[in-house]
Amino acid sequence: MRRTPVLVTMSFAAFAALAGCSVPDEPVEIHDPYEGANRKVHAFNRAIDRAALDPTATVYGTVVPRPLRSGFSKVANNLDTPRFLLNNILQGNVEDAGLNTFRFLLNSTVGIGGLFDFAESIGLERAPTGFGETLHVWGVQEGAYIELPVLGPSNERDAFGRAVDFVSNPLRAVVPADEDWVFTAATITDGLNTRYQFDSTIASIYNSADSYAQARSLYLQNRRFELGEDEEDFLFDPYADFEE
Amino acid sequence: MNRRNLLSLFMGSAVALAAAPALALDTKRATALINAVVGDINRVINSGKSEQAMYAEFEKIFDRYGDVPIIARSTLGPDARTASERQMAQFSDAFGSYLARKYGARFREFIGSKITVQDTRKIKSYYEVETVANLRGQPPFLVVFRVSDRSGQDRFFDIVIEGISLGKTERTEIGAMLDARRGDLDRLIKDLARAG
Repeated sequence: MRRTPVLVTMSFAAFAALAGCSVPDEPVEIHDPYEGANRKVHAFNRAIDRAALDPTATVYGTVVPRPLRSGFSKVANNLDTPRFLLNNILQGNVEDAGLNTFRFLLNSTVGIGGLFDFAESIGLERAPTGFGETLHVWGVQEGAYIELPVLGPSNERDAFGRAVDFVSNPLRAVVPADEDWVFTAATITDGLNTRYQFDSTIASIYNSADSYAQARSLYLQNRRFELGEDEEDFLFDPYADFEE
Repeated sequence: MNRRNLLSLFMGSAVALAAAPALALDTKRATALINAVVGDINRVINSGKSEQAMYAEFEKIFDRYGDVPIIARSTLGPDARTASERQMAQFSDAFGSYLARKYGARFREFIGSKITVQDTRKIKSYYEVETVANLRGQPPFLVVFRVSDRSGQDRFFDIVIEGISLGKTERTEIGAMLDARRGDLDRLIKDLARAG
């Protein structure tokens, strides 16, 4: 039982995601049936950010020199690479599966446990992915918009994907339990570094007239772009107003 | 080059020149426009000028190459229909300087880097010019300019950074600002002159 195959778990997850997503009758640009609850979570996230995340990230970014911060984030990326690979296989993406295999082998050895991204320096660029993208490849719709506590903007498909990502890194199965803290430490330092790096972007969202709507719009646009989803129906066409 | 070749070259150019205004926007012209835009942006971000001076330069770039009045009008949505001509002109001005400050601040992060034009494609009624911004110590990212001549001149009407459209983003923002002022356009114009 300990070895419940990851694949079986993931297929269950996919069916659950398929069944659980709220899909509108016609494609709409913003599908947000849970707006009331989402706005409460948004207010909570802002409070958490102001009270804890932003100050901690500022201290982390100021105290820890940039090369070291960047090194820790690279370790986090490297530890996650077997999970990327697993998803590449589930997506049938042979090219990225090869890329992530090489990246992991090179960075774990020559890159000293991922502290240096040696693979990138020879042109093997990062190719992160997750179970949310796998669900997309399998044809699951993004579902309703959701703002997750602490983690921020998401949609039903990606929220589900994140939950699966959290428990499906194959590397964690082979690392001894007393070294498990490395994963947590890498995730936290990487999170703080990201918050620090994007400080001005996040400040500009919080300064906006409706930061909830702004964050929602930015997330949905960028996520659909990452997944290569067709946005043709929702193009910004300022001339259309005059041609009706 | 002999004389006949030279003559036919002249004739050819004369015909091309005469025909040019009547021709619709094409890949070449869309690319040329955005080459000029990124040339100007690269010059400004590496000019070493003060923040305020840079914003003024960015506003000029938006005015010269971008279709600011049409973007401004579109971000207002249905409220544009009830606005007076004077209000629209004031709004368009305020919106232009707001854009320059807001996006100028972001372009400032590009200092020491370079934007280069990669590819131009026709999409429906407009052209999409892909450019790549190479920032120091960061993976390169995609900046797409959407170009149209539907205003009568070749102008860009949207900038899309990693999938995020300036037009859509500002539609959300201006809509929210207008709501927060209970639809009072004059107040929005006044506040927009300081926002960004």
